Amino acid sequence: MIKKLYFLGMPTRDKLNLFVSVGTLLFVLGIIDVILNSFFEMNITSFLPRWINYFTPLVFSFVGLHYVRIEFSGIRILDRLNKNINLNWFNAILTSLIIFVLIKNIPPLLNWLFFDADFIGTSKEECSREGACWIFVNVWFKRLIYGLYPNSEIWRINLSFLMLIGLVISAFFVAPKIKKYIIIFLLFIFPFIAMNLISGGNFGLEWVETPAWGGLSLTFIISIFALLFCFPVGMFLALGRRSSAPIVRYSSIGFIEFWRGVPLITVLFMASVMMPMFLPDGVYMDKLVRVIIAITLFEAAYMAEVIRGGLQALPRGQYDAGKSLGMGYWRMHLLVILPQALKLVIPGVANTFLALVKDTPLILVVGLLELVGMIDMAKTNPEWLGFATEGYVFAGVVFWIICYSMSRYSQYLERKYKTDR
Amino acid sequence: MDIKNTTKLFTNFFDANPRLKNYLPQALTLFFIIFVIGYFTYNAQVNMDNRGIDFGFRFLGEESSFDIQFSLIEYSGASTYARAYLVGLLNTILVAVIGIFFASILGVVIGISRLSPNYLIAKVAEWYIEIFRNIPLLLQLFFWYFAALRALPLPKEAINFFDISYLSVKGLYVPKFVWTNFDIFLYSIIASIIAIIFVLKYARKQQEQTGRRIPSFFISVGIIILIPLFTFLFGGVSLTFEYPVLKQMSETIYNYVGGVSIIPELMALALALSLYTATFIAECVRAGILGVTKGQKEAAASIGLTPVQVLRLVIMPQALRIIIPPTTNQYLNLTKNSSLAAAIAYPDIVLVFAGTAMMQTGRAIEIVSITMLTYLSLSIVISIFMNWYNRKMAIKEK
Repeated sequence: MIKKLYFLGMPTRDKLNLFVSVGTLLFVLGIIDVILNSFFEMNITSFLPRWINYFTPLVFSFVGLHYVRIEFSGIRILDRLNKNINLNWFNAILTSLIIFVLIKNIPPLLNWLFFDADFIGTSKEECSREGACWIFVNVWFKRLIYGLYPNSEIWRINLSFLMLIGLVISAFFVAPKIKKYIIIFLLFIFPFIAMNLISGGNFGLEWVETPAWGGLSLTFIISIFALLFCFPVGMFLALGRRSSAPIVRYSSIGFIEFWRGVPLITVLFMASVMMPMFLPDGVYMDKLVRVIIAITLFEAAYMAEVIRGGLQALPRGQYDAGKSLGMGYWRMHLLVILPQALKLVIPGVANTFLALVKDTPLILVVGLLELVGMIDMAKTNPEWLGFATEGYVFAGVVFWIICYSMSRYSQYLERKYKTDR
Repeated sequence: MDIKNTTKLFTNFFDANPRLKNYLPQALTLFFIIFVIGYFTYNAQVNMDNRGIDFGFRFLGEESSFDIQFSLIEYSGASTYARAYLVGLLNTILVAVIGIFFASILGVVIGISRLSPNYLIAKVAEWYIEIFRNIPLLLQLFFWYFAALRALPLPKEAINFFDISYLSVKGLYVPKFVWTNFDIFLYSIIASIIAIIFVLKYARKQQEQTGRRIPSFFISVGIIILIPLFTFLFGGVSLTFEYPVLKQMSETIYNYVGGVSIIPELMALALALSLYTATFIAECVRAGILGVTKGQKEAAASIGLTPVQVLRLVIMPQALRIIIPPTTNQYLNLTKNSSLAAAIAYPDIVLVFAGTAMMQTGRAIEIVSITMLTYLSLSIVISIFMNWYNRKMAIKEK
């Protein structure tokens, strides 16, 4: 099949200009054909039978790419192009297909997202319905971020998160001596401040019930608290799994494998319907608290496996050295093993946290509404029917930005700590 | 007495009794576990006494009196709760199997594409992975179900695939296979599989003894086509298709009748699960192929193997050893993630059993425990199977 294309002769360096110009011409012709076809409803090859005509752009660009495939042509751009997208005939077909699919789909997508979309307004009548109706997101924005939290009290959530961000950022820049205190403050004191600030009830702040919490802020509240609590539990489980005492070891293994074997959704069901049965008569525990406990136990099992990985990665000599200095089990682990092991598992912890953030939308099955849940609620509002796509695209973009930057950061940490050792 | 002296006292005490030092943590753990379980059991007992419920699994034999929209086995409102459980379990397994199948294919394709020398292909694969991996699965599921599949046309203007399948907002309608003498056909398939095993064994023996390669792949394909074909010609087996037909239900409502209907819930779930899990499998595949050292490829090429042979005989067997263990984890995750079905009302075990059945009976403890144990056993079954496969692929030292 390839041989028959050589009616101009073999593409060689001798007739470089001829081949490059003919090839480029054909390739551009193929692209123009696609563009005319998809946006101007014109077909320059309509005289051909339909089944050939359908493939003409592909044939044009395939032959074109074939003619420009000249080894060591001496033109640097051409050589690089050939090496990267035009290695052989199979690659040429795939390249053309990808280019055509992109040309056909990207402009309509951009049109829908931006150029035909409506951004400013207050009611759905202001949407032209040609592109996306971002007014939907605009109107519901506060609900999507803060849930049903009263509008006048939103500053409390903002303040807590600003404090958190400020503290974390400052921890990166201050001297190591102060950094220690900031971290201790963040881990042990800040959670209580934030909890009091958001739930209220003290210091003259209005009490806001947990069912009113929601939106994106709830995602972070749940993930941060679950991460905070699951870390110590996971550490004990990891140590227990490596213990030499059989009862401790097997109960840790059993606990870890149980939580790792069941889906989060059943764990949430357990928290919402089964856990009240296990509490003493008359004791009521808030649903959000139960959900956080359940997610903590669930994530602790994963965290334990991550930490165990770090413990196993330490060379035996570290344990021997600790023992030879006469250290006991706890002193050895606290002073020698854990500081090194925890440093090793930081990327793993970041990944677990990422998975945790991605899992939080699930809490909507037990009636807590974070971002996805709020969109679910907004799109069933009779005033705003039919904007599901906009809502999900918005939530997708928000989650994507959060998760992508976190995964990038964890990759960076992975590289950083790899070179350290 | 200050703290230092107290510590010293304890240390001395334990040094004097080394056995106690070994057993004390264990005894404490045991005591803690027994205490927690006992406390919970006691509370549950008190709570159930107060509400007048008793603990037991007798409810499984009672009539369920609710309907399930999609079922692989006979089921009606008159069936028992145990039957409803079975329906849910089968639906879960169905969607997990479909998801694993498509996720594996897509994952391998994307994983290999990411390593392609073609810049465009590699970039498209990379961005596919980055986009689908970093969006919560539930959100993707909602997008496919509430946004993408809801935008499909009504049955009257359904998308037509060659007049045999129709895709509409009500789901995908495909032809139904109507067999006569299906058992003979099944036996012929089993017979051809056994024959292929013998051929493969013979081919391997021949290659080890004489070095000749028998084209066992083409022989196997021939066997699996020819033997079942004979049953059609001589065995009285026949296959006809029942095509879905558009029918007017009332003045404005049209729907397809006949054939097999694949409900949109199942489509959305299978789509979301396979697209999401494929990204993780692709990364496993990429890591596996990158894990085979370059020298292996060069060595294989230098003894005159063709590129396909290099991939099939040298790279893949080694890469699979790296790929299988993390991929097992992904299969387990997919199976567990299939429980998200409850959020879009696909009747899987969570929706049918932990949802509807629990609402009706109010037996939270029994039902949630059964559901959790079911998922645990599914996980164990998958990991046993994959461990077996992994052992089979592992390096066999001679």
